Parts: sequence; structure tokens; C-alpha cells
Amino acid sequence: MRPLLIRKSPADSPSLAQGSAFSWPQVGHDLGLSANGHLNIAALAVDRHAHSARADRTAFRFLGADGSTRNVSYRELAELTDRFGNALTSLGVVKGDCVFVLCNRVCALYVAVLGALKVGAVVSPLFQSFGPEPIRNRIAQAAGKVLVTSSSLYQRRIASLRAELPSLEHVLLIDDSGAGGIADTLDLATLLRDAPNTPALVATAAEDPALLHFTSGTTGLPKGALHVHGAVLTHYASARSALDLRPDDVFWCTADPGWVTGTSYGIIAPLVLGATSIVDEADFDPLRWIHILESERVNVWYTAPTAIRLLMKAGPELFAGHRFPDLRFIASVGEALNPEAVCWGLEAFGRPIHDNWWQSETGGIMIANTAALDIKPGSMGRPLPGVVAHVVRHLEGEPVTLIETPDTVGELALETGWPSMFRGYLGQPARYRDCFAGKLYLTGDLVRRDADGYYWFVGRSDDVIKSSGHLIGAFEVESALMEHPAVAEAGVIGKPDVLAGEVIKAFVVVKHDIAADEDLRLELLAHARRRLGAAVAPKEIAFVPALPHTRSGKIMRRLLKAKELGLPEGDCSTLA
Amino acid sequence: MSRNHEQIRTQVLAIVKRLAPEIDPARIIPDKPLRTQIDLDSMDWLNVLASIHEYMGVDIPERDYGKVVTLDGIVAYLAERLPE
Repeated sequence: MRPLLIRKSPADSPSLAQGSAFSWPQVGHDLGLSANGHLNIAALAVDRHAHSARADRTAFRFLGADGSTRNVSYRELAELTDRFGNALTSLGVVKGDCVFVLCNRVCALYVAVLGALKVGAVVSPLFQSFGPEPIRNRIAQAAGKVLVTSSSLYQRRIASLRAELPSLEHVLLIDDSGAGGIADTLDLATLLRDAPNTPALVATAAEDPALLHFTSGTTGLPKGALHVHGAVLTHYASARSALDLRPDDVFWCTADPGWVTGTSYGIIAPLVLGATSIVDEADFDPLRWIHILESERVNVWYTAPTAIRLLMKAGPELFAGHRFPDLRFIASVGEALNPEAVCWGLEAFGRPIHDNWWQSETGGIMIANTAALDIKPGSMGRPLPGVVAHVVRHLEGEPVTLIETPDTVGELALETGWPSMFRGYLGQPARYRDCFAGKLYLTGDLVRRDADGYYWFVGRSDDVIKSSGHLIGAFEVESALMEHPAVAEAGVIGKPDVLAGEVIKAFVVVKHDIAADEDLRLELLAHARRRLGAAVAPKEIAFVPALPHTRSGKIMRRLLKAKELGLPEGDCSTLA
Repeated sequence: MSRNHEQIRTQVLAIVKRLAPEIDPARIIPDKPLRTQIDLDSMDWLNVLASIHEYMGVDIPERDYGKVVTLDGIVAYLAERLPE
């Protein structure tokens, strides 16, 4: 039978510094921050180690899709990022300019992110499964000046957009297709070879912008959540407290840097600690993953519910003959991890899986099942040191009030002041203000807190879709569908799915003289996938005669979802 | 290529095209990894495998994912398991 509590012993967390009180200034002190106020994520992540006795330790171990491996030491990473930073400077990039990256998990991506941070550029990673429309929209919103991508992605997704992106001055290409000499682009390898390896660092301070992560809301286009260099304090502290990560560890974060987890914990946090990170270029493959965990002797593994469920589905025979004596800590993020999956970790790896909670806006892990904490399977754990969480009642037109009674559902709110809190939604100050009530950041997630202080995810307070752990805004998908000449209207929901959490389903009303047949369904699917890419496009399209609306004309996505699930349709009083 | 291989290839491409109708099968390089050439996320890929199971009657277990990375790989894998 599945346990309701997984008890921990002191042996599970021998390294935890007991007794010393937590404070953010103390974290800064541990990181050796200088008194002059200078703070740069890349300097702390790379240069600090490159100028220490740990310079020759492997920072990244890249596993190629073709079976190759490449180790990059901290010393080498410092040189490569200096070269990249100097190349950007020679192209006229200055502090505050926005640099986008869009490519496979190859060394150049990591060099570009860290090198751009070194020269004070604001880095925005994009997911490689984005289609042209999400790419265009994000680069345009941020007036991106530079894009680092691969020649194959450029030719497939970007070349046709260039005219619509006047801010984009330079496109730097990783030549993965042997294309060579594509018009209006620069060859990254040549730029790196010709750039000097002298220190590229530009002075930045804790409040200078560093990273831009786009995230989706219920209405409108994606919002760019802006983060500052000072966020590195959260990355560092949370990697220690929530992931039990230590400097001598081999760490594997399976998230793609196109999403916030893959940046905060796939790039920054392990480097700041001085650990070795595994980066696998290939797509998910259960047997490959098991081999990596075993043969790379991974100590700490940070992954996602969809991957865990796929490994569970593969069955125990896949694990036969494999042992994981080095694997000490497993964590998961993206969406609430079901209790069966938490306990499955015990069977497959001899370790439970530690769920944790955070979002693009928080910049780092906020609530977690830590090494020392007994696990209640299904719970996201308790707030980390330096994080103060509340459950609040948040109703439109009423003041926000704290809920103290245990096990009462309310919205999760965090007291402002943790270093990686986002500092704005790019160009949307009103939307940013709406996220706060006094000193509380309102997360939009509904939770309950039990009598022991553990938080339990209940749902979203809005209609945002969560597919394979990634937020997708219904509006972005509906807009793309409605650009098709046959479509009169579209409503998009997240349809529950055992593996992905939710998959995107679109309900389409066609114009009156159009035949809603299989050919049109395929045509719309092709249209959406071409514009949005596989990660954002719907997986299912259904034709309906009409969509339900509120009196004010908004599509009632909740009602569409209730119908899809065969649930009672609830209060329809605001319907037309 | 045998007639059998040709038929299997046509069937597999039809399955992929139903899930990702935007692709142009003529542009697929058969000995290069399929998912780097066309835009299939992990859910699409699982749907391709599920459709192969449903329409062609061959189950591809997780341990064999490494053998079905390219179009040639998929065709060869299925050819071994389908009657001539």
C-alpha cells in the first residue's frame, strides 16, 4: 500500500547547516559578494570558479544526440563566454539590450546565455518547439537586438520573419546543416574564433535586468517576466535547500533552457555552486535516460512529472539490471506530482521524488519537499528558508485577506522581498501591479495548507493551460486559429491527460458557408502547427455549431471544459 | 528497397501526416533523426507510436525507442515484425 508519509532520517541530510539562522544578506556573504555592489550572474557562475582551485573541474558535460560527449571546464567556459561577450560588444550590444537564444541543448547555447549576461545584456531563451508566431511575438515585444539560433531553425522558422522584426540587428548562427553563408546572418563559430578572450565583464548591479522569461496568462499575449542579476541569490540558496545540491555533485536538470527551469536550474544554479551539470541534447528516451543516470553517476536529478509518468509507463523491466548507487536526491517540478509517482521513485531508484513549486514570476523554487523534510506524497512541501507564504482569500472587488484555518482553499501568496522575484512584465505595468496586494505577490494558484504547514496544489484561479508542465495561454492559440479564413471563432481549453497533465483542445466554429469536414480539420491543424509550433498548437480540434459566451462577450472556456469532461456546468447566470 | 518496405514507409508517413499535417514527406531525409527535421513534440511522438500500434498492429516498447529514431529505422523495425 502507498504510504501517507515518507519519513526521513538525519542521514538523509547530513550537510544541512543546522542552527544558523537564514538571511538573504548571509547568502550574499556565502557567495562572496563584493562590497562595491557589483553583482553579475555569469561572473558568480563561471569566472569565480575559473579563478579558483576548481578551475579545471567540469562545468558542463554535453551528451550529443550522436553519442558524442564533450566536457567543458570552468576555465574553458570562462574563456568561451568572454569571447562571446566580446563578440557581442563588437557588434554594438550594450547593457540592457535584449539577446534571444533559440536552439538545441548544445554548448553554444550555454555559452551564449552566460556570455550575454557577462556584458549586461538581457537574455531571453526561447523554446525550440515554438513556431514562427510565438517567436515573432516575443522578439517584437522585447525589441530583441540579437538572436542566437541554428542554421536549420533559422531557415525553417525565422528567415521569413526577418522583415517583421526591424529591431533584430544580428542573427548569429550555429551551423548545424552545413548551409554556410546564409544572407543577413553571422557565423557564430567565426565570431567566437575572432573575438579576443580578454575579460568581457561589464559592471552590473543586483537590480540590473538579466533575464526575460515569457509566460502565459488567461487573456492577451504572453507576458515577459523580467528578472535581475540579484536573482542569483535565490538560485544559489534554493539549489542547496530544495535540491540538496553540493559542489562536488554531478547534477542533471532535464528541463530545456527555453523554459525557466532550464535556465535557473539547468544553467545558473549548478554553476554558482561549482557542480558538474549533465546536458543531454537528445529528446526524451526512457532507456537513454536510465543509462545517463547510471553511467554518468548522477547525484542529484531534477526532472518533470510528464517524464516521470513516461518512465513509470515503461514498466519495471526497463530498470532490470540497472543500479543507481550515486543517485542521492530526485526532485520534480512543472505541475503537482501525483502520490503514485512520488512513491514510484522508491521502487525504481530507492529514493522518493521530491516535488516542489515555483513559477516564472518567482524566478526560483519557493516551496519544496527538502531532503530533511518528511514527505507527504502529493504535497508540494513547505516554504524554503527566506520565503514567507500565505493562503489568501482573493475575490474581485474585495480586499485580500489571510486564511489561517488549515485545509481551507485559497490563493497562494508570497511576501515580497525574495531576490528572484520578477521586477515587471515587459511594457505592461498595469498587469504587473495587478499581481500584488500590498506586500503580497498573488500567484494565481489555488492551494490549501494543512495543520503541519504543508501546501497542497488545488488548481489555477484562471483558465491557463498547463501542458507537459508548461503554461500555455488559450488566447494565443485562439488568435492563431482565427487567422484562418474558414474560422469564425475558436475556444481553447486544457483537456486532462494522464501523461501531459493537460493537452490543448480547440473548439472551432466555422463561417456559415464552410463545410466542417475532416479535410478542414487537418488544414486547421496544419495551419496552427505551422504558426505556433508543436508545443503550443492544439492536439485536438473539434467543430462545434457555437461557443458559449458571457454577457460581455467573452468565451466561457470553463463551460467548454465542463462539457468536455461531462461535468455539471455550474453557475451559468452570467451567460448570454 | 522491397515492396514491403515501400508500403510500410507509405503507411508510416500517412500516420505522421495525420498528426502533423503541415509536413512535406518529400523533404524528410530518411537516415537523419526524424524529430529534428519535423516539428514533433514528445506528445506527438507518443501519438505516432500509438497510431503505429493501432493501425499496423506493432507495439514499440520503450526499450526500443533508440531503434526508431530515423524514418529508415522505423521502416526496418516494422518490416522485421510485419508479415511479408
